[in-house]
Amino acid sequence: MATTCERREFLLKLLQLPCSAVLLSMCGPLPLFADEKKEGYDAGEHYYGMGIQVDKCIGCGRCAEACKAENDVLRQPYYFRTWVERYVVYGDGEVTVDSPEGGIHGFSAAESDREVLRSFFVPKLCNHCDNPPCVQVCPVGATFKSVDGVILVDKDYCIGCRYCIQACPYGARYLDPRTKTADKCTFCYHRITKGLLPACVEVCPTQARVFGELKAMSSPLRRLMRMSQLQVLKPYLNTEPKVLYSELDREVR
Amino acid sequence: MRTFRIPDQVARLAVLFAVAVVALVVVRHIFVPKSFGKLGHYRAAAVDEIASQSVRYAGMQTCVECHTEEAEKKSSSFHRGLACEVCHGPASEHASDPEAKKPFVPRERGACLYCHNYLPSRPTGFPQILEKLHNPMKPCPTCHNPHDPTPPHVPGTCSACHASIARIKAISHHDSLECETCHEASPQHRQDPRSALPKKPTNREFCGKCHAQNAPSAKEIRRIDLATHGGRYLCWQCHYPHYPEGR
Repeated sequence: MATTCERREFLLKLLQLPCSAVLLSMCGPLPLFADEKKEGYDAGEHYYGMGIQVDKCIGCGRCAEACKAENDVLRQPYYFRTWVERYVVYGDGEVTVDSPEGGIHGFSAAESDREVLRSFFVPKLCNHCDNPPCVQVCPVGATFKSVDGVILVDKDYCIGCRYCIQACPYGARYLDPRTKTADKCTFCYHRITKGLLPACVEVCPTQARVFGELKAMSSPLRRLMRMSQLQVLKPYLNTEPKVLYSELDREVR
Repeated sequence: MRTFRIPDQVARLAVLFAVAVVALVVVRHIFVPKSFGKLGHYRAAAVDEIASQSVRYAGMQTCVECHTEEAEKKSSSFHRGLACEVCHGPASEHASDPEAKKPFVPRERGACLYCHNYLPSRPTGFPQILEKLHNPMKPCPTCHNPHDPTPPHVPGTCSACHASIARIKAISHHDSLECETCHEASPQHRQDPRSALPKKPTNREFCGKCHAQNAPSAKEIRRIDLATHGGRYLCWQCHYPHYPEGR
């Protein structure tokens, strides 16, 4: 009797050991070891967003140019992390949108004898959604929302399946043919963690782009949020973008 | 007394199960990156990797540390909100080694036109020029200091404002004539154009000073008989004086 009980206990313990190991590995590493912090920068203290004042954009395309230079984006006209669109609303209600080479080389005056009701520029970039569809669809966890609210792509982990490119309702992602991985705006993560502004914000000549903390009360972005009526792109998708537009025309999609 | 025995097949299954579980643990340990899952369903180390990318645009604060004079001038001008690297390009290499790498200096017309060429889509009130009419071919820094671009109050030449006239005159027989030959303009016209408009010729005899039969001008100049040519019309009712050979 005694021998069988020992064997049963032994077998149970034998089973428990790997089971607990599996459970442990699923919980992730023990919090004891997860305590190393980056010096000087604490992601937990920040939550970033961007405001775009559409009525201030002059369509010079310096943001798109600076973005490509800063982030080594391919120079071909179909790879952009940020770009500028020109909207023209005609008298008969028709709306045309164009963005020749993302606006990098400027825009040419539209030659048309049609009556134009209004026309304006809209800078576009990744909206860094609070509820990002691209992160939901990533099968391997290569794209994620960082602690400070920036949507990033882990290039070493990305398998290049392009689900996220399909899922993004704003067309903000592309596949980098050099690495065969998804690529997108990072809010210039390497700059903002060093206390610099994103390259597009740095070079915007009219301060149409405002970058800052969404949650701190004293930030240029919070001031913009207090002073203007803000809208986001495609609000009905519940993506909760953190790129906020002021003076946005209802025709902008 | 009957002793309970685990059936052989169950024992074998248990061994197989144990092996599978151990294999899973080992495989996960090898293939799942160390930092995966630390902050969420992703590799936490990727955040640091992305943050370690090199900076190309140094930022205006860095430029201002050395270039105090330009910064001072710019800070009270229309370009005060403009970062240095908008025009001079990414300059972090220059900032780390000022001698080795000099930033780009735009001296041609094109650079300013990204912002200042007229586009109907630009916001109202933003200073814009028509590139083809505004001092064609002249690089912008000849008249505007880019660090303080306020336009010169007094235009240097008539063509600064009357560019389309200047251009057609340049290809006409009247090319060698100064504007003042026909238009007497007081200096005040340059300061405040509408308060003192320049004079225009008023009669046929004015053109006759060069083109009449007995005029004391070079003999290559075409002559007409003022009494019979053109009847009661004034010269500029048929001939455009800035391009008189045109029909």
